[in-house]
Amino acid sequence: MRSLLPVLTVLIALLAVWFAAVAPMNIRQSLDQAERAGNVVMPEGARVRSETSRFLLMFQNPNEILRGFNLDRPRLPTPVQVGQELWKTTGAMVLKGRAFSKRSLIFHGWITLQSTLFGFALGTSIGILGAVAIVYSRTAAMSLMPWAIISQTIPIVALAPMIIVLTGQLGIEERAVPKAVISAYLCFFPVLVGMVKGLSSPAREDLDLLRTYSASGIATFFKLRLPSSLPYLFTSLKVGIAAALVGTIVGELPTGAISGLGARILIGDQFGTPLAIWSALFAAAILAGALVTLLGLFQRYALRRIRGAA
Amino acid sequence: MVPFDRWASVMVIQAQNLSLTFETNDGPVDALKDVSLYIKKGDFVSFIGPSGCGKTTFLRCVAALETPTSGGLSVNGMSPDAARQARAYGYVFQAAGLYPWRTIAGNIRLPLEIMGFSRAEREERVDRVLELVELGGFGKKYPWQLSGGMQQRASIARALAFDADILLMDEPFGALDEIVRDRLNEELLGLWARTGKTIGFVTHSIPEAVYLSTRIVVMSPRPGRITDVIESTLPKERPLDIRDSREFIEIAHRVREGLRAGHGDVL
Repeated sequence: MRSLLPVLTVLIALLAVWFAAVAPMNIRQSLDQAERAGNVVMPEGARVRSETSRFLLMFQNPNEILRGFNLDRPRLPTPVQVGQELWKTTGAMVLKGRAFSKRSLIFHGWITLQSTLFGFALGTSIGILGAVAIVYSRTAAMSLMPWAIISQTIPIVALAPMIIVLTGQLGIEERAVPKAVISAYLCFFPVLVGMVKGLSSPAREDLDLLRTYSASGIATFFKLRLPSSLPYLFTSLKVGIAAALVGTIVGELPTGAISGLGARILIGDQFGTPLAIWSALFAAAILAGALVTLLGLFQRYALRRIRGAA
Repeated sequence: MVPFDRWASVMVIQAQNLSLTFETNDGPVDALKDVSLYIKKGDFVSFIGPSGCGKTTFLRCVAALETPTSGGLSVNGMSPDAARQARAYGYVFQAAGLYPWRTIAGNIRLPLEIMGFSRAEREERVDRVLELVELGGFGKKYPWQLSGGMQQRASIARALAFDADILLMDEPFGALDEIVRDRLNEELLGLWARTGKTIGFVTHSIPEAVYLSTRIVVMSPRPGRITDVIESTLPKERPLDIRDSREFIEIAHRVREGLRAGHGDVL
């Protein structure tokens, strides 16, 4: 709990910057609205204002600044508005007993979570198996590793539609499949790199000791390499699950997706409802935070079980 | 002349013109050059010399961790590889190398698990060697709960657990302070007397080599070779204060001479 104070300080600073940014970001919209309502604004006419500096507009119309904090479709919503929207689409839906209605972020979050976990399981398995191959075989190390690195240099946004089209061509109707594949594509890499490092972390003396026992490769793996790699595994799992979530959301962005947090972001963009985008964004961040925290707790529990209380 | 098979049964380690050349980026390095040496059953042989003299390399050849470039080497009358399969030796490294995720007992159990001892026998052996290194009652502790000296004792216990006749020790006390080191040296002598093992011991320290050994092999670097082999005249029973005796000082002096002869600028 010692970290609470610094974390809160940063949070408050971020919120302050956010609030401060709302006024200049929304000033033009506020003045348009005020003008329509018959108020006198300086200068008149939306076109003229769009060429005037935001700060000058604020300076000339100080009475209209506050309007920007309460717009229906603000360019930048306030944290309070985002909080209200989040509550409206989660907690309030639960209270109404409609937690899984199509307008609820819980429903969309659940869709995203499913694909994320599926992709995470797939990506983690590929990453671990790849790492084992790379550590045990020079051929695999030389052939797999460069491709693994190249795979991450291709922008996932470019690749995602192709994966969706491809799985469709293969006759896979289930929408979760391409999303999970994209998610696994992003997720396997940190796990692979972490596990290669973890599995090769035993010192030469540790390996020599097992050689003096004439230990088999399998015994060396399970008694030394795997246990030594666990701290690395947990670290890469935490990176991996965040990457898996990003992958799923990216997979939900291209045409066709109607559910999931990524789809909410896309729809919010198309229908000009920034609040929907922001609340979906925050829902995704909260989901990622929860998943990483969960893994962290599991890590602490597992390492404590393995190492006594160290 | 001793008849051959009797000779073979007494000779635990025999090296004949052993050479090992490492290929490095700076060209070949002669880690060992024409090393000939025998170690009898029950000997306590120390290898001493500056770094790069091949003392560790020799021990690693005996343990089949390195393969000599030329020359003959037999351990218990077998090739080093076969001797390893026959569990002829236990190896103790400079770092205790205990697994942090295993208890002390769990660490000692490691070779027994790998070698396929039954569960009951594993427990019995773990208890026995823990007593042997005076760590009885520490089996359930984790390595981080023990001092450096205790960790090294645990690593010796691990090497003793499967009853190898030979104990190969590569600077086992090199990282410990002098007081702990003295204590462990004394204990090691006691352990050697009780178990009758053959011990090969690599060290940097002249007093340690003289205090422990029945024979001291002095080596020098570039190329790694033997410059002197000293038979100790000290009695088998050695209290710590034997180090102030005339005999001890004379042997230490001869070791120092041997080191100086091999490598003028070191000492």
